[in-house]
Amino acid sequence: MITDTLTVFSRELRPTLRNPFTIIISMVQPLVFLALFAPLLPKTDGGALQWFVPGIVVMSCLFGASMTGSNLLFEIQTGSHERMLVTPLRRPALLVGRALKEIVPMFAQAALIVLVCLPFGFDLHLGGALIGMLILAVFCTGLGALSYTLALASKNQEWLFWTVQQTLLFPLLLLAGVLLPLDDGPGWLRTLAAFNPLRYVVNAERALFSGDVWASTTATGLVAAAVVGVLGIAVGVRAMRRSD
Amino acid sequence: MIETRGLTKHFKDVRAVDGIDLSVRRGELVALLGPNGAGKSTTLRMLTTLIPPTAGTATVAGLDVVKKQREVRQRIGYIGQGNGAGHSQRGRDELISQGRAYGMSVRSARTRAAELTESLGLGDVIDRTVSTLSGGQRRRLDIAMGLIHEPDILFLDEPSTGLDPQNRANLQDHILRLRARHETTIVLTTHYLDEADSMAERVIVVDHGRIIADDTPERLKAKHVGDKITLGFATDEDAARAARKQGGEAYGRELQITTEQAPRQVLEIVDDLRADGLTPTEVEVTRPTLDDVFLTLTGRSLREGAA
Ligand SMILES: Nc1ncnc2c1ncn2[C@@H]1O[C@H](COP(=O)(O)OP(=O)(O)O)[C@@H](O)[C@H]1O
Ligand SMILES: [Mg+2]
Repeated sequence: MITDTLTVFSRELRPTLRNPFTIIISMVQPLVFLALFAPLLPKTDGGALQWFVPGIVVMSCLFGASMTGSNLLFEIQTGSHERMLVTPLRRPALLVGRALKEIVPMFAQAALIVLVCLPFGFDLHLGGALIGMLILAVFCTGLGALSYTLALASKNQEWLFWTVQQTLLFPLLLLAGVLLPLDDGPGWLRTLAAFNPLRYVVNAERALFSGDVWASTTATGLVAAAVVGVLGIAVGVRAMRRSD
Repeated sequence: MIETRGLTKHFKDVRAVDGIDLSVRRGELVALLGPNGAGKSTTLRMLTTLIPPTAGTATVAGLDVVKKQREVRQRIGYIGQGNGAGHSQRGRDELISQGRAYGMSVRSARTRAAELTESLGLGDVIDRTVSTLSGGQRRRLDIAMGLIHEPDILFLDEPSTGLDPQNRANLQDHILRLRARHETTIVLTTHYLDEADSMAERVIVVDHGRIIADDTPERLKAKHVGDKITLGFATDEDAARAARKQGGEAYGRELQITTEQAPRQVLEIVDDLRADGLTPTEVEVTRPTLDDVFLTLTGRSLREGAA
């Protein structure tokens, strides 16, 4: 299973690594975002960055993971996806390997964001941050698997994939309080947010990046991530078996 | 090597494959011939575990394609209608990762990739990005990928469609050589008549999801159409007389005789006629094509369907 996942993962990653330009672009993007957004943050107890940075990290991983299906769309059309389905590769490995390909570069990105923020008073707690990234990876693997499922369902209608992806992604981000805090929002908004698993992951990230490892938020975040991870893979494998 | 019983696939209300009974022995080279939409790809996709049958059963290498998917996948190679190699990948990388997918070590996948590159004449292009390869090169790379793990059974879906005649011939050559060397069981689909005719020793004609004929190309032609001998005479009168002696139909100064072994019989017929003082001025032997077979069986021409 691990070998299979690595096989899929390294196959997917190879063209990206061969083209460093795309990597540089994807690195610069969140930094620009950060540079434009950070000055707008309220100057509360100096913790604005502390609050904001985990959100940015979550956001870029999410963008990455939700793209998992976009490469697949093309490979469904050309036939190379079909070719891989006929190999004995274990089905979950096909999902996880592709999702990881989108997520792992995001880890490098997260490291870069954190490094850039250190001189501006961002307080890094390495242990917590690493655990946070692990939880995020679990969540994003599930999300990647769902993106894969969406690609399978869209097949030849590329617009369908992008429409659904965009329509779902932004509410998911907003209702998780990734960019703006939800605490002051109206009641209905907070109720909706309570059903968003990403909400718990984001809370956990914020606590963990501040070194608060043993908080209950960590546990709820982990559970939420695990639920999405398992569910995503289950749905994806099922879709793969049923698709024709 | 392959056994199916009542193999069936319905897509909503389309009966793509409608009860196929098939039996392929080890080492056979079988061509599924039929027009577009006949159900060839769907049959192959069921045999290669890509889609589950709606009804019926199929075993490949003695393994049920629904219950033993992973084991079946390990034993077969599949070259689909599309391109197996990712367009942004390099050929050699794809070959090696394909080998890894079949559980080969990096080292043996690398060795095997080099062998296949050599034997399929891909040496100059194997380290290029797939999207820069020509259609023929890409198709040979697909074949190399299907062969990386030396499968016992190889499925090819329209391997030469879209290639120019020269590349087609080249590809057919590779497939035949492969077969001669490894005794691989091969099932391919095609809508090219000449391809089925020249490559396969067994042709299965498929139409509307059913098998309508299954035999060697020669026997299919002999059984369903027969050869045609056309003899020309000096006068209508001679032609009519010859028809009375030899059978067949006279049309003006021509006599047409349908038979099973024209090249041999034509000599006897001409000798007989000469003995009777009737010397043909012209002799023509027409052997049927598989298209004639299809036309006889279905009333439609394959050429129109394939256009
Ligand atoms: N995934 C699918 N969904 C719906 N109909 C399909 C699908 N695949 C094939 N068909 C239909 O099944 C029939 C047989 O198709 P196919 O097996 O591809 O034919 P062939 O390969 O002989 O050209 C066609 O009518 C085709 O439109
Ligand atoms: Mg087809």
